[in-house]
Amino acid sequence: MTAIVNVFLKEGVLDPQGKAAHHALDSLGFEGVKDVRIGKQIVLQLDTDDRAKAETEVKEMCETLLANTVIEDYTIEIK
Amino acid sequence: MKVAVLRFPGTNCEFDTQYAFEKLGHTTELVWHEEESLPSDIDLVVVPGGFSYGDYLRSGSIARFSPVMKAVSKYAEDGGKVLGICNGFQILTEAGLLPGALKRNNNLHFISKHQYLRVENTDNDFLNKCEAGEVLNIPIAHADGNYYIDDEGLEKLEANGQVLLRYSDSEGNRVVVNGSVTSIAGICNEKKNVFGLMPHPERALEAILGSEDGVKMLKGFES
Repeated sequence: MTAIVNVFLKEGVLDPQGKAAHHALDSLGFEGVKDVRIGKQIVLQLDTDDRAKAETEVKEMCETLLANTVIEDYTIEIK
Repeated sequence: MKVAVLRFPGTNCEFDTQYAFEKLGHTTELVWHEEESLPSDIDLVVVPGGFSYGDYLRSGSIARFSPVMKAVSKYAEDGGKVLGICNGFQILTEAGLLPGALKRNNNLHFISKHQYLRVENTDNDFLNKCEAGEVLNIPIAHADGNYYIDDEGLEKLEANGQVLLRYSDSEGNRVVVNGSVTSIAGICNEKKNVFGLMPHPERALEAILGSEDGVKMLKGFES
């Protein structure tokens, strides 16, 4: 199975990269962009077909290493 | 005093840190990250600056799982003194030994320059040779020094005198350097035996090189 983890700074935590990209889009004349957030995507190939087990394990990986939950939120998608 | 200086793949301030403490008359020992224990007769552990594991994923996020960090956590739990400088500060926050986290600088730049700092609290084993309100001149060199803590956490830090240093001008007025919450440059834990700061006191030991204010900071641990 494949797990796709997206990690973003929490709402309310200023995202300097997103802000810089937003500013650049404004400068280039792209109108109507209300907000830009930049995160990272981590793709894991898992040696299991058990979806529930995969979700549990990947959640633990996120809490332990992949995200810093002081400043970041994460989402997990299992395929 | 004997000081253990940790070394991870990518650490680059370990020799400066050794030089600093030896210049002050102390002995030092480098400890490789794969060690599972610390030397038995030490008075202080320093987690020095650098780019452990290339800053991959997040600064300090991988180093915190090195075998030696388990020993450091135990040492701190038992009341031992630990100082994290720059990447060391990042490692200690990632390890949960210090509250908060260090984000990318607001301007996205690597900032490397001499910076004034105002001493906030001296009732601790680190800054006891400094005066509250005193302004120090210490180099900074980091890309991820933007200290973040939520409002509740900040209140606790303030109430317990855990804010050690803030970025300031030469008069001691707060300045925004990297976007840190209330310009925080250094903090300690609630028990006041684990210390972390982004500036590099080990690089401020000789007036001829710009500042010797680092001496009185590092000497604090002698008491």
